[in-house]
Formats: sequence, C-alpha cells, structure tokens
Amino acid sequence: MQKEYRTITEISGPLVFAEVDEPVGYDEIVEITTSDGQTRRGQVLETTSDLVAIQVFEGTSGIDRQASVQFKGETLKMDLTEDLLGRVLDGSGQPIDGGPEIEPDERQDIVGAAINPYSREYPEEFIQTGVSAIDGMNTLVRGQKLPIFSASGLPHNDLALQIARQATVPEEDEDGDGSEFAVIFGAMGITAEEANEFMDDFERTGALERSVVFMNLADDPAVERTVTPRMALTTAEYLAFEKDYHVLVILTDMTNYCEALREIGAAREEVPGRRGYPGYMYTDLAQLYERAGRIQGRDGSVTQIPILTMPGDDDTHPIPDLTGYITEGQIYIDRDLNSQGVQPPVDVLPSLSRLMDDGIGEGLTRGDHADVKDQLFAAYAEGEDLRDLVNIVGREALSERDNKYLDLADRFEEEFVQQGYETERDIDETIEIGWDLLSTLPKEELNRVDEEFIEEHYREDGPEILEASADA
Amino acid sequence: MSKATASDDVREDGVIESVSGPVVTATDLQARMNDVVYVGTEGLMGEVIEIEGDITTIQVYEETSGVAPGEPVESTGAPLTVDLGPGMMDSIYDGVQRPLDVLESKMNSAYLDRGVDAPGIDLEKEWEFNPEVEAGDQVTAGDILGIVPETESIDHKVMVPPDSEGGEVVDVKSGEYTVDDTIVELDTGEEIRMRQEWPVREARPTSEKETPTEPLISGQRILDGLFPIAKGGTAAIPGPFGSGKTVTQHQLAKWADADIVVYVGCGERGNEMTEVIEDFPELEDPLTGNPLMDRTCLIANTSNMPVAARESCVYTGITIAEYFRDMGYDVALMADSTSRWAEAMREISSRLEEMPGEEGYPAYLAARLAQFYERAGYYQNKNGTEGSVSVIGAVSPPGGDFSEPVTQNTLRIVKTFWALDADLAERRHFPAINWNESYSLYRDQLDPWFEENVSEDWAEQRQWAIDTLDEEAELQEIVQLVGKDALPDDQQLTLEVARYLREAWLQQNAFHPTDTYCEPEKTYGILGAIKTLNDEAFDALDAGVPVEEITDIDNAPRLNRIGVQEDYNEFIEELEADITEELREKY
Repeated sequence: MQKEYRTITEISGPLVFAEVDEPVGYDEIVEITTSDGQTRRGQVLETTSDLVAIQVFEGTSGIDRQASVQFKGETLKMDLTEDLLGRVLDGSGQPIDGGPEIEPDERQDIVGAAINPYSREYPEEFIQTGVSAIDGMNTLVRGQKLPIFSASGLPHNDLALQIARQATVPEEDEDGDGSEFAVIFGAMGITAEEANEFMDDFERTGALERSVVFMNLADDPAVERTVTPRMALTTAEYLAFEKDYHVLVILTDMTNYCEALREIGAAREEVPGRRGYPGYMYTDLAQLYERAGRIQGRDGSVTQIPILTMPGDDDTHPIPDLTGYITEGQIYIDRDLNSQGVQPPVDVLPSLSRLMDDGIGEGLTRGDHADVKDQLFAAYAEGEDLRDLVNIVGREALSERDNKYLDLADRFEEEFVQQGYETERDIDETIEIGWDLLSTLPKEELNRVDEEFIEEHYREDGPEILEASADA
Repeated sequence: MSKATASDDVREDGVIESVSGPVVTATDLQARMNDVVYVGTEGLMGEVIEIEGDITTIQVYEETSGVAPGEPVESTGAPLTVDLGPGMMDSIYDGVQRPLDVLESKMNSAYLDRGVDAPGIDLEKEWEFNPEVEAGDQVTAGDILGIVPETESIDHKVMVPPDSEGGEVVDVKSGEYTVDDTIVELDTGEEIRMRQEWPVREARPTSEKETPTEPLISGQRILDGLFPIAKGGTAAIPGPFGSGKTVTQHQLAKWADADIVVYVGCGERGNEMTEVIEDFPELEDPLTGNPLMDRTCLIANTSNMPVAARESCVYTGITIAEYFRDMGYDVALMADSTSRWAEAMREISSRLEEMPGEEGYPAYLAARLAQFYERAGYYQNKNGTEGSVSVIGAVSPPGGDFSEPVTQNTLRIVKTFWALDADLAERRHFPAINWNESYSLYRDQLDPWFEENVSEDWAEQRQWAIDTLDEEAELQEIVQLVGKDALPDDQQLTLEVARYLREAWLQQNAFHPTDTYCEPEKTYGILGAIKTLNDEAFDALDAGVPVEEITDIDNAPRLNRIGVQEDYNEFIEELEADITEELREKY
C-alpha cells in the first residue's frame, strides 16, 4: 500500500529526516522499522516536496540510515469506544493492562478541532469537591479548566485524588438525570511510584472502572508526552459529547509536557522563546486546555484539572504563567501551609476560580455563599498582612480589632482549610464553618455581607460547628 | 471576507512546496504581498506574508494537518478585506469575519471544521433602505445616501464607498433590498450597493483628526473619577492573570456610553466569549433600554483557534469600528488581549525565521502596535459628521512584569494606563486598578466637561481624593514598621478616611445589579459623602474629641452601602446629615 522509503538522511535527538519523492501531508503518521525489526511511530513535523522532518514518539535510539520509513497517509487517530472505561493504556494509547485489544466504535483525530465559541454552553453547574478551600472559596464548575499550581515535594497528587474521589454535583444526586461521571487520568513523565499511588487509590476506591488511564512514565520517551494529553482529551470529548458522561480529566504533570515541547523545539533548531520554551507554547497549551467545556444540546461535559509543578516555586515561570492566562483560575498549593501540616495545603488568597461567580448562589449553592466568600477573603487577607507586623511589634502592640483578625487568619487555616484528605464536607457545612469564623468578628466589620444574611446567620452565642476558641 | 465575491477573479494557480504548522510556502504563485489565497484541496484561507524569488510564503488561518506539498494554491488577487454593511450588529465573527453562527449551521457541528467560508454579512436578507439623496444630487466618497434601521438602537447609514469617484445621482431606490442590490446609481455608471469591502490593514480615510474633549463614561468609579478616557482616546489595561482584565473589559463593553461597541476576544478563553454571547442579549443598554447586543459586534478568536487568524482579528475589529465611525457614531473597541496578538506575530515571525528583537518578538512589534492604536481618535469624517473610535487594549504581561516589550511599547502610545494589581485582586479589591501607578493624560482636557455636566468642583474633589490616597500610601509604609496606634491622631484619621475612599469609592462590585454601573453624578456623590466625613471628623478632632471615638462612629460604615443604593441621592443626604450630627454631638 503506502510506499516504503529507505532514505533517512539525518537523525538528531527525537527527529528523523527523510527524503521523499511523493508529497507527504503535514502531521501525518509515520512508521519506522529498524533493521532489527522494531517499529517506532512518529509524526510529520515539517514537509517539503523532497524532505520530511519526523518526530519519533518512542525515541530514535536504534534507528539507523537503513531503517525503513512508511507514511500512513493519515494523521494520528485515537480508537474510541465506551469500553475504554476501566482500561489502562500507555502514553500513545496502546493497552498495557493485559486486557483484550480495543475494538473501536469510532476513530478520531487526536488534534481535535476548536469548539465554536458560539456552540459552547457557559459552565455554571457547581461541582462539589468536598474540599472547603475549593468549594467555599474557589468553586469548581462543570466544564471548567482549573489547574493545580504546585511544586516539587508538595502533596498535589493527594488533592487531585481527593477531588477525583469526592466530586459530585449535589442536585443531580437527587433527581439522577442519568449522566454518569468518568475520570480520565493522563500521566506525563511521572515516576512509577507516583503512578502506583494513583493506581492503588483508583483500585482501592473502585474508581478504576469508571476511569481511563493513560500512562507515560518518567522513563518513557519524552516525545510521547506530546501526544498523551491529546489522546486523553480525545477520549474525554468522545465520552462527554457522544456518550453523555461528565468527564473529569486530570493531567499530570504539565511541566513534563512542556519540557518535551522544548526538547522538540531545540532539536528542530527553532528560535526559542522565554527560557528556551518554544514561542508557540501558548497556542499549544491553549489547544489542550480549551478542550474543556460544555456544548449546547449535549448532556456531557469535560472538566479539566491539570497539575503542574512550578520550577523553583516561581509562578512567573513560563509554564504556570501561560497556563494561568488560559485556564479559568488556579489552585495554589503552598509550601508553608504544608509544613504546618494543613491538609490540603491550599493557599486560597492567590487561588482563583473565574467561573465561580456564576456557579454559586441561590439555587446553585446558597444565597449567602458569595458574601461569605468575599468577607472571608478580605478578613483572611487582612489577618495575613498583620502577621508581618506582629513579627516586628508583637501582638500586645496591636489593637483589639487587629488581634481578632489575626486569630481569624489562624483559625481559617487550621479549621477551614485543614480538613484531611479523607474528610468530605458538603457545601452547607463549608459555609457554616465560614459563618462560625466570621462571627468571631464584630457585626459591623462584615461590610461585604448583606444585612439580611447577617441577621440570619451571625452567631450571637458562639460557633455552631467549630469548637469555641480557647480565649472566647 | 466572502469567498463568493473574492473568487470571481482568481488569477493563477501555484503549488505547495512545504508545510510547517500555519506557515506554507508555494511556488509559481502570482500574488502580491498580503493577498488572500486559498491553500490546498480543502481551500484553506491564508495570506501572503513573504515573497522571495519564486517562493511565496503564506500564513494559513486554519489548521494545516494533512496538507501536503503538491496541492494547489489559488490567489484571489485581493488583500484581506471585511464586508461592511447592515447586519454586523448583534453578530459574532471569528478573526477573518466569518460569522460563527453561520459556520455552526454550515458545518453542522459544534467544532470548527476547515475550508468552510461564509460572507461576513447576510447576502440574502432584505433591509429597508430609506434614501436621503435624490436624483440630481452630487455625492462624493463617504457621503451618506440613506438609512437602514439595522437594530432598534442603531440606524445604519449607507455611504458612498471611500474609493468611489463620486458623481451625480441618477437613480435612487427605496424599500426592501439585499445588501448586493444596487440602491443608488451615479452618472459615472457606478452602481452603489449597501455592502462595501475594505482591506483590514488599511485605515479608512477621514478629513481630520481632532483633540478629544468628551469623556467616554464607563460607569466605573475609579475610571470616571480618577483616570478617565476620552471618546476617541486610547487606554491600556495591563495586569497579571487573575487580576480582572477581562471583567474590566466586559464592564466597559456593557456600560461605556459609546453608540457602538466592537469587542475583540483575541486569543482568550472560549468560555469567556460564551459568557458574552449569553449575557449581552439579556442585558439592557443603559442609554437606550434596548438589548446590549443591538449595538455590539463580537469578534471571537479564542486561544485554540488558528494563530494566523488571531493576528488578523484586531484589524478586522478596528476596520468595522472605523466604518461605524464614518457614520458619525462614537465607537468603543475593546481588544482582549493585545499580548496574544503580539504573540501571534512572534509565532509567525519565528516560523519565518526572522531575526528576533526583544524577547523573541519581531523588530516591527512597536511599529505594528503604534499603527493599530493610531487608528483610534476623534475624527471629522469625509461626510462632515464627527465620530470617534476609542481603543481599550488589555495587555497580559508574562509574570505580571510590566517591563516586557508589549506593555512598554503600548505605554509609549496610549494616553490612559489602568494598571491592574495582583495584590489588590488577591484581597478581592475589585476593580483591582492600582491608583498609585495608573494615569490618564486626558484628565485636564476632560475636566471642563465634568465641571459643566456634573459639578463645578469635580477637579478639586478629585485632587482631594488623590492627595488623601497618596498620603495613605506614605503612611502605610510607616504603619508597616510601627503599627497604626503609634501614629499621631490626625494621621490615624487620614488613614480611616482613605480606607473609606478605597472601600466605598474605588471598590465597585461588577456583579451587583446596582453597583455594577455608577453614573458620574453618583461617583461624585459618594466622594462628596466621604469628604463630609473627612471634614466633620477633622473638626471634631480639632475640638478635642479622641480619635478612637471619631473612627468608631456608627454611621460611617454606611458609606460602604451607597454603591448598592438605587436612590442614592436621598441616601447620601441622610447619611451626611447623620454623620454630621453624630460627630457634632461629641463636642
């Protein structure tokens, strides 16, 4: 069928250059067979009438100039079927769980066309993650892309697992409209240990049967990482928009993905952008993240939680920076809170959910949610500010008002954010804890809360859920 | 851009030589710089960006997967143009003016397919044309020929195309016509239709650029009160992610007192554009009471849509804005975000292997930015009307660092600078515009308008607010070291007053139905109430009342509630009286 060439002229890093005499399409899939019979897959990165640049997913080692090159005449496609649920695949979509071959119902291009903004439906359905720092302060909604900004040595995986385990949409539990929940897990360059942690948890909680797992481990070829998230998202779109699932996609670690992009860019001798990452990284990341969403007239949704580790805890690094400009907010994992033993150590101040305002309120969560959130943010921020001052002048030098804010900031971390990875709090409980904390301030200080709500919820006689604090 | 008309004069076929992402080279193509071409068997739209010998380089506005060397390339012989005529309001386009709703039904899919084209305005729809000229009249380029009631808010004025020679009217139609029917015939034989085309990279001609003297009222207290922009002015909103660029842009699109709003979503989030598409039709225009969409044209080229179309979308937007300006309207153009546009330039430039300038951006970045912002202005049009295009560009500096090239080159051109601040955003002070860093060079030229239309002491009151906030910034540095209680009484009082300036005046809740829009009179009223507190409080202090008692008064926190009052006049009057009474009782 397709013509076979033995015309490799250059092999450089993950790239192979071959001469051709017939036109080859951009992005087309290539199969390279080495002289000892191994096959490698790759993709056309640049094509001219006589020379083609190929990026090889499984690495170029073992390929020599005698290897044969075969162009498949089509772009990379993913085999899709509902039976993928419960399966474990490698980074390029081949089963590695010893199960049967995948019998596709459909094959889809993994690049994925852009969703027409006109056809989208605005996400405004609250997802309860059971984590107060997220539900209360930075609410996740269906169809959102909300990354976790973390760094090496922090427990981002525990948080991601907790979300995957607990995420529900409260109202639909009652009326049960039939849309099911599915988790797609795309691992890029994570260690085998981390992968085991995820797999054990999936198996322990029975989550595996409603999950599809894509595994590209740290010792798998880096270039393969550039297709793993696309495989995962193509599967997610299929399950969401063809089979009506509510899909939660967890991608970890986006930093490894970007490193792979940089590696290919360098091998192609492209003009590098910031810190050596390619200039098109924004577009490339956007093509992944923007595949989250809802579509009018379809029941399913794709919600994304990409995880990235910030090199040097620096959120101005190109990876978190570009991500933050594309995603609809971010959840920061904080090193200090982690060392204080707060679980999950979410720093709510820099965290943000852009879709929150439309996803909360009467009928969605609670009417007082927005006000409580605003007041908690303001109060916690003020308490945080005062901590610097305390270090210099001591607590005695501060006014009574300032001391109240300091106490509130401490209790906010110890009792609102801190909850443990196994504890699930529903939204009512989260907001009521919020009221317990706010009620440690005088009523007049609650300038962001509607008077009606203060009337209804302000605790005149001490907290209702939390223990009264020692000095009260 | 409509293929229907462009392909009439297809000139010559070329052949694809190489493909690398959005950049395609072709041989044997007879095309000029910036001509639009159709690439490959699928007919993907592209634009010529470089010619070298026999090799023509093309940036393609669509995904190029699967395109192979040897496929044909057709040139249209014309540069990238937009279709101008009735039917642009209440519509949503991609970066090359393809209507997204039409694309959805044509492709029968929620995804954007390739190689599908659609005219920018509906060619079938009939519009009611009411002529304003009659046979025998002399008309020249730009003259208004008649009126089409396009939406309830907007009368579309049909004009003689700018490149027309003009002449004597020999025939005029009246009644229902499509945009391609001849409605006016000139003695030169020229047939004028409602639809005209204009190349996006070229500014539409005008008579004269004038100095703007009228503010573009935004309904946002910090903008109108401290950093106003003029009708015909330029502004930049730089800020790190999460600091509220998009909310500010949306607020301006909703409440600015422009006749027409062109909103360009350039390389931003899909869900954000969906929010606009869903929200705007339900919102009321505060000026006319009609749906906001009636005066709005949206251009949505989200971050995952092809990068070359992102590069062109700001031009598409400003050309549409200029067209409405020519009718004598005040147009406001929001571009969110110009950084994505600059990055698109960088991406294409790097694929062309051009020598990079600062941070990899092409050396012509500054020139392109300047050219774009210079198309804003308050103009005397060819037809004698006056119109304006105000441009408000969001900038997304990497890492929130304003020293990067896009921010810096933008600041050299624009006259209003609204600096968004991550710190303010973090404590949910919104709009998170930093009052110490921001500026507006229009202040002096707009003061006469505010003094005439709002209050005579507008400029004075504002200066008081600025001084108080400045003083607060200085005092805060000391407070950080020694604590508030160590300050002398009068300075403690200043801090208290400044706190109300921040919380009751500068902060504004975009999501509250009343507070979201604040007319200049209310902006002035709130400031006046805080000033009353200030004056009365200092009087009390002079009379020997301890500072704690003054700052503890019960009525002061009510200042924070003025924003959400609909009948604010009464509320303010009462509050000022209560504050005065409460303080005077103390001595």
